Amino acid sequence: MGDTGRFARNNVVVTGCEDKPTLMLAHGFGCDQNLWHLVAPVLARDFRVVLFDHVGAGRSDLSAWEPGRYATLNGYADDVTRICRELDLRDVVFVGHSVSAMIGVLAAASQPGLFGKLILLCPSPRYVDDAGYRGGFSQADIEELLEALDSNYLGWSAAMAPVIMGNPDRPELGEELANSFCRTDPRIARAFARTTFLSDNRADLARVTIPTLILQCSTDAIAPPEVGAFVHAQIPGSSLVTLAATGHCPQLSAPEATLAAITAFAADPRS
Amino acid sequence: MNTAEPGSSPAAPHGGHGEAAPFSALLEDSAEDLYENAPCGYLSTLLNGQIAKVNATLLAWLGYTRDELVGRRSFSDLLTVGGKLYHETHFAPLLSMQGEIGGVALELQAADGTRLPVLVSSAVKTSPAGEPLLIRTTIFDARDRRAYERELLRARQEADLERTRLQALVTTLQRSLLPPALPAVPGLETAAHYHFASLDEVGGDFYDLFPLSQNRWGLFLGDVCGKGARAAALTSLIRYTLRAVAAYDPDPVTVMGALNAALHQEYLRDYRNFCTAIFGLLTLQGNGFTLTLASGGHPPALLIRADCTVAFQPTPGGQLIGAWGDARFIATTIRLDPGDALLLYTDGLTEARTDSAGGRYGDGALRTLARNLAPTTAVAAVAAVTALLESFGGGLDDDAAILALSVPLPQATRTETGRSGAGERPAGGSASPQHQDDKHDDHDDHDGSNANKHGVPLACAVSRDGA
Repeated sequence: MGDTGRFARNNVVVTGCEDKPTLMLAHGFGCDQNLWHLVAPVLARDFRVVLFDHVGAGRSDLSAWEPGRYATLNGYADDVTRICRELDLRDVVFVGHSVSAMIGVLAAASQPGLFGKLILLCPSPRYVDDAGYRGGFSQADIEELLEALDSNYLGWSAAMAPVIMGNPDRPELGEELANSFCRTDPRIARAFARTTFLSDNRADLARVTIPTLILQCSTDAIAPPEVGAFVHAQIPGSSLVTLAATGHCPQLSAPEATLAAITAFAADPRS
Repeated sequence: MNTAEPGSSPAAPHGGHGEAAPFSALLEDSAEDLYENAPCGYLSTLLNGQIAKVNATLLAWLGYTRDELVGRRSFSDLLTVGGKLYHETHFAPLLSMQGEIGGVALELQAADGTRLPVLVSSAVKTSPAGEPLLIRTTIFDARDRRAYERELLRARQEADLERTRLQALVTTLQRSLLPPALPAVPGLETAAHYHFASLDEVGGDFYDLFPLSQNRWGLFLGDVCGKGARAAALTSLIRYTLRAVAAYDPDPVTVMGALNAALHQEYLRDYRNFCTAIFGLLTLQGNGFTLTLASGGHPPALLIRADCTVAFQPTPGGQLIGAWGDARFIATTIRLDPGDALLLYTDGLTEARTDSAGGRYGDGALRTLARNLAPTTAVAAVAAVTALLESFGGGLDDDAAILALSVPLPQATRTETGRSGAGERPAGGSASPQHQDDKHDDHDDHDGSNANKHGVPLACAVSRDGA
């Protein structure tokens, strides 16, 4: 694959079978494509699997990050559709975890032709409570998260940037770092946290016209079951599956159940 | 203890009654007691987060009983809401992927609602087969450390803010040392550009153009030694000296002499207080201008004639201004006719590094650039040099100032051809005017009026380059 355009920009990795249906796995706030490491190799047996890092995360091109472009989820959704077009993908089954679920909703709403199905893993269209809507968080909670981010980036320094940006000559650098998986430039992490947790995509849900599966955990502090039920009610014809799993990352805490649900929905010709 | 040292008797482990007291005190520090009353909190949780075991230290910190936590609450229940978000998005995924995570700053919420800043490390305990069984977490009281870190963070934010303020101040000061806009000079096109090498320091280059009487204007461009506050103060002195002296007697030799005298006093105080500059007296005459120039140690102006001749305009005899009490300056006068352009610049342009080996852009390259531009206008020349400066990227580490003058071709010619400046194609011309045969004819005429005769400004760069 060429090391140009979205490939370098989004650190796109394509695995699996060329002639099988395409699954695109999108990570959420806080980490990068490593989050799929337990499920992607298994999915690659039955699908062509496209992995990538959002700009600002993982080994994406940090210099491509612009505050204006990524101040809303639309900038991220635009990256997703551009990756699809550059790879000449069609009928993509987009699996979006956490905030990427809404990125998928926006991408599918703006370019319905590119996507065949949507799988929303632990989605929330709005994290902050609103009149008649319970997202689970207040504005002050989000500020507290930003503070937690600040407290934990004290060890981050500009010297880390070249390592995070990818250092093909010295791969050992990456391994020396503790917590090297999900290090992010604090400036970008703060901005992504704001974009993620202060967005409101409730009105976009009804714009989804393709088959959609909502996959949620039985206990999830970030996307509680009633939020999953809300998403299900707002997307016409969608299905809802609740995994017996705790936490916000079932692809890590309950990989088998997550795999089974993704595979069943993605491979089902009727859905 | 029972690995007998050489020479010790077999009875030694049982002997030594005198040392028994500290030894037995150590024996009483059982693993269980160490766990319960360790100077840190211990917590064991199931993979789903539920608390399975907690030590007395942590219970005391939080004000909970064991029964309130074990089997009832999960680790993330003890966190603030923001901490919970961080736990779910960062902590838990990393722990799952790496098997351990260390030194994470979080806040625990005690039973009475107070918050305890802590540093948390967790590791996954696995079965011999590698199956994850439970999560062990160690929690350190971090009140003092976090207060200190918060102080550091606040100091850094303050420093960032100060830097923004400083940059705003520098920009304002820099602007006050440069004309906000060049004044309109009838019959003359002018343009200028300033490249700032640093946002944090006031640069050392300066220029100005100002009226002296109805048909006379003064202009200057120069470069003080160094940058920053001292350079800014010196630049201010130079600007006001030049303008004040020129208003009194605009003869360039007089002006430069006065500047030298004023600056030399500063130089005696501080050897860095000198500058290079070029001063010009511009007089409207007929359909063009005469320009009398005097220079003090400054790179020569570049004259780009309507007939495409390009030459550095020598300004002989000029010495660094301020460095010598008896510096001498010599004036030289040139004529600017319609189609002629003059470019003044500082050495930031010619000294820019063009390759990693430290090669400089140089006079030769500038002359070639001018040849390719010729004939040109002030606006087009400044645009070309500005683009060039941008192309240097990191190679341009000094400030650079450019000031250009040109005498436009008569209005009739420009209207007839639809041409308003260099860089545009003559109306009705072919897509590649430089390859039109009649351009060679223009060039060969050498009568200085061929532009008007053909109604097309000269474009002889290619033929001249080829010559």
